[in-house]
Amino acid sequence: MRIALLFLAAFLASGVEMVEALTIVLAVGITRGWRSTLIGVGAAALVLAVVVAALGPALTLVPIDALRLVVGGLLLAFGLQWLRKAILRSSGYVALHDEAGIYERERAEAQRAGHVERAGVDWYSFTLSFKGVLLEGLEVAFIVITFAADKGGSVVVTAGAAAAALIVVAVTGVLLRVPLARVPENTLKFVVGLLLVTFGTFWGAEGAGAAWPGEDAAIPVILAVYAAVSFALVWLLRRERLVAAGAET
Amino acid sequence: MKYVVAFGRFWWDFVVGDDWLVAAGIVAALGLTALLAHHDVSAWWVMPVSVVGLLALSLRRAIRR
Repeated sequence: MRIALLFLAAFLASGVEMVEALTIVLAVGITRGWRSTLIGVGAAALVLAVVVAALGPALTLVPIDALRLVVGGLLLAFGLQWLRKAILRSSGYVALHDEAGIYERERAEAQRAGHVERAGVDWYSFTLSFKGVLLEGLEVAFIVITFAADKGGSVVVTAGAAAAALIVVAVTGVLLRVPLARVPENTLKFVVGLLLVTFGTFWGAEGAGAAWPGEDAAIPVILAVYAAVSFALVWLLRRERLVAAGAET
Repeated sequence: MKYVVAFGRFWWDFVVGDDWLVAAGIVAALGLTALLAHHDVSAWWVMPVSVVGLLALSLRRAIRR
């Protein structure tokens, strides 16, 4: 159960970030050509590989309780950001993430930008695809490393999940050559936020010295409680927004 | 100097995000858990209660902005 939830969390979190990176890469590549764009993607992938290779083994040197405390805290910080955003979107307080709209804006900007060539590459295409893949990829790398940090065997599960997400998103992107606008991104962010907060709570408390009743069996219970609270918050906020809108008209 | 500031801002946005109170609350909740556990008091409930409270508080702050 724990391994399945870890895989799901890493797969969905990686998938969501990769969809966002794909939108930028497609907009730049289609508008300004693929050579410089793909060089930017390759350079970002190289930097990410160095970050993971450097940070991954370094984490094994940290005592397990201290690691759980830090990892738990980081997962909670990430997870609560995702969950908060997903609840605000679901309740209508914030507009849903629009990959098609972002794609069109990126394309228009890529068309307007002038052509500056440095070291034989179109600098605009290179820097935009490099930054897009690096920034989204860092989030993936961070989540994979923090999940994998808990127990030795988890690294295979989380790295495998990230690789599977990369293959699914990249193959779909290459086949469709359009941004993946139909991906229910907010639902995915909701699920990922719940999973990150659940594991963050579990590991953070363990790292601080608390003992969970039922040990690993507490994980699905925490998840169920957070899911119920989150749905209740969406319902309450949505109702509050509609009441406020009704009072104004 | 510009790059140092940008690097710091990137990590702040990355870890702390839109609401610093959530990050501060997480640190405080972990500290309270450690304190109770150190004195052999059952402490597993501190984190779930804090997380629910912080989420509700952060949402309230977000919609008031």
